[in-house]
Amino acid sequence: MVPTNYYVILSAILFGLGVFAFIFKRNVITIFMSIELMLNAVNLAFVAFSQALGKLDGQVFVLFVIVVAAAEAAVGLGIIILIARNRQTLNVERVDLLKL
Amino acid sequence: MPTYPILEYLWIVALLPLLGSAVNGLFGAKWPNTIVNWVAIGSTGLSFLAALEAVREFFDYFARNHQAFHKIFFTWIAAGNFRAGFDLQMDQLTVVMVLVVTGVGWLIHIYATGYMAHEGGYYRFFSYLNLFMFFMLILVLAANYVLLFVGWEGVGLSSYLLIGFYFLKKSASDAGKKAFIVNRIGDFGFMLGMFLLFKRFETLDFVQLSAKADLWPAETMWHLGTFTVACLLLFMGACGKSAQLPLYVWLPDAMEGPTPVSALIHAATMVTAGVYVVARSHILFAHSETAMLTVAIVGCATAFFAATIGLVQTDIKRVLAYSTVSQLGYMFLACGVGAFSAGIFHLMTHAFFKALLFLAAGSVIHAMGGEQDMDRMGGLSKKIRWTYVTMLTATLAIAGFPPFAGFFSKDSILLSAFQNTYGGRRVGYTLYAFGLATALLTAFYMFRLIFLTFKGKQRYDEHQVHVHESPNNMLAPLMILALLSTVGGWLAAPAFLPGGTDYFTKFLQPVFGGLEVGGAEAEAHSLELWLAGVAVAIALTGALFAYWLYLKRPGKADGLAHSLKSAYTTLLNKYYVDELYAAAVVRPLLWISTNALWKATDVAGIDGAVNGIAAGATSIGDGLRHTQSGNTRSYAVWVVVGAIVIIAVIFFWPASGKPALGMVH
Repeated sequence: MVPTNYYVILSAILFGLGVFAFIFKRNVITIFMSIELMLNAVNLAFVAFSQALGKLDGQVFVLFVIVVAAAEAAVGLGIIILIARNRQTLNVERVDLLKL
Repeated sequence: MPTYPILEYLWIVALLPLLGSAVNGLFGAKWPNTIVNWVAIGSTGLSFLAALEAVREFFDYFARNHQAFHKIFFTWIAAGNFRAGFDLQMDQLTVVMVLVVTGVGWLIHIYATGYMAHEGGYYRFFSYLNLFMFFMLILVLAANYVLLFVGWEGVGLSSYLLIGFYFLKKSASDAGKKAFIVNRIGDFGFMLGMFLLFKRFETLDFVQLSAKADLWPAETMWHLGTFTVACLLLFMGACGKSAQLPLYVWLPDAMEGPTPVSALIHAATMVTAGVYVVARSHILFAHSETAMLTVAIVGCATAFFAATIGLVQTDIKRVLAYSTVSQLGYMFLACGVGAFSAGIFHLMTHAFFKALLFLAAGSVIHAMGGEQDMDRMGGLSKKIRWTYVTMLTATLAIAGFPPFAGFFSKDSILLSAFQNTYGGRRVGYTLYAFGLATALLTAFYMFRLIFLTFKGKQRYDEHQVHVHESPNNMLAPLMILALLSTVGGWLAAPAFLPGGTDYFTKFLQPVFGGLEVGGAEAEAHSLELWLAGVAVAIALTGALFAYWLYLKRPGKADGLAHSLKSAYTTLLNKYYVDELYAAAVVRPLLWISTNALWKATDVAGIDGAVNGIAAGATSIGDGLRHTQSGNTRSYAVWVVVGAIVIIAVIFFWPASGKPALGMVH
């Protein structure tokens, strides 16, 4: 049986990659994907702990996360399409209307 | 038990002018002068009538009860065992003061309707004047020091408003401020005196205070006990209000106000408030030889000092202003030697003849189209005959010629000074000598004023100045006051005259009681006769000298001024007292205010702190603004950083004891 540590470490690596991509990528879709990556890294950790502790709580959480991620994907992609239409770009550096 | 409809509601006497003031002040701006006149004269006239009725009822009350009328209307301040109420009282001293204030005040109101007829701000003037009457009546009717102080400050306020009535004129508004600020110095002393009295006697009610003070022994010379210190402090307030050395400087400048104001406030009533306070506190003063002697010496010195300045002034109102300071000095001299009723008597006669002098001077100024310099008058006696006659009456009265009022009052003051026992006989003789010298100077400068104004060659251009007699509403008060200046003194005819009785002293006997010195002992009659003769001779000398100098040998006065140049310029510049005060007090204060208070404390300290906090907030905000770049990725970084910080805190927070996040074992 694969030790829990491995799952957790993998989860941490995936999460770190997600964070890294979240910060450094410019394309909105890529950033969006990195968020999904982070969510799934967390999911992995939940499942791993669920199995290790013999409880179902973690798996229930994962289902919730997947639901939320699906909703987020729907809303997020809608926003991305609007950005693309209005600004003819997906580069986040150009999306700076929040500036004072 | 008879009822006393006015006496039971004594406040109505004071309230009527306040109503007049409020009505004129609020609605008068749009009214024609006639209605303003009716309100102003009506309210003061009714007040005078109410006062007369109150006095009549008081006599009845006194005949039955043999004590002062005292009534508590409501409690104003109550804290611990301190109580200050709206309590009014009436005794013989109040009777004199109330009748002088309302009577003379009413006459001056009538006069002012003529004098101010062509001035702007007519309603404002009468509103202030009525307000003054209200506060002055509160002052004299008050039954405790606190309420008296309300009136005391109120008349100061009205005085300030009226001196600065022509507020567009810089000198007038400056004079108003000067009067107010100089009075503040005195009021400071007055308040300290009140605090001290309360601390010692736990009451500020006149009757109770006197009763308690009577139980204590008198303090001897140089003993600085409660009585001495409290009296000196009260006297400091009196010095400010009544323009005595060294706080007299505001009164001559106060002549910037309209002439009726000078007559009412700065001659007849308000400036006598200091004398009234000293007389009202006579039991306290009588307990301190030091305080009595101080009052006498300050009064005497002021009388002489101001009279010398009056000798050379050429502004007709300024001569009268210094004369007022000088006469007030006489009143304090009388109080200081223990002759309180003589002081109050001089207060009353002075109110008549000095109000008359000011009103007549106003009539002259009116006739000359605003000219106040006596060097540009002369020969007016034929053109404004009634003004001349009335002013001459007042001059004879102030110079102390019998049978005019001033003779009797001044005579009794000089007699009391001569018989003074405080500080030894020699002090009394010195006071008497200076009082007599002042009488000489008074006669001289008053007749100088008469001769320069009304006699001799005319020194104005007849084509430019249309000299005209004043209207009847100005002349009528002049004549009434002239009558009072003539007969007012007969109330206290000295005992050496056939049938002469000092009714006035007898009248005030219940108030001042056995404290009085001097008086009408039989063996003193010849002395009194002698002193009166000397005083009349002195007054005659002064008058004749003025006649010789200004009419007989018109060039002589200039020659005399030339040969005594240094003395003359010193007098002309009023002993440089204003300059001295400017150098010693005003300029250092200004310097401290400018540099320490304004620039260091206010600008650098207070403003600096407030502005500094604001500037700090701005710069912090300016710095934080850059974090909100609009760049979405930088926000992402902040999210990550924030998450890391939160996790770090949760992990490493030392106080929690065990990790908050469950670790997998």
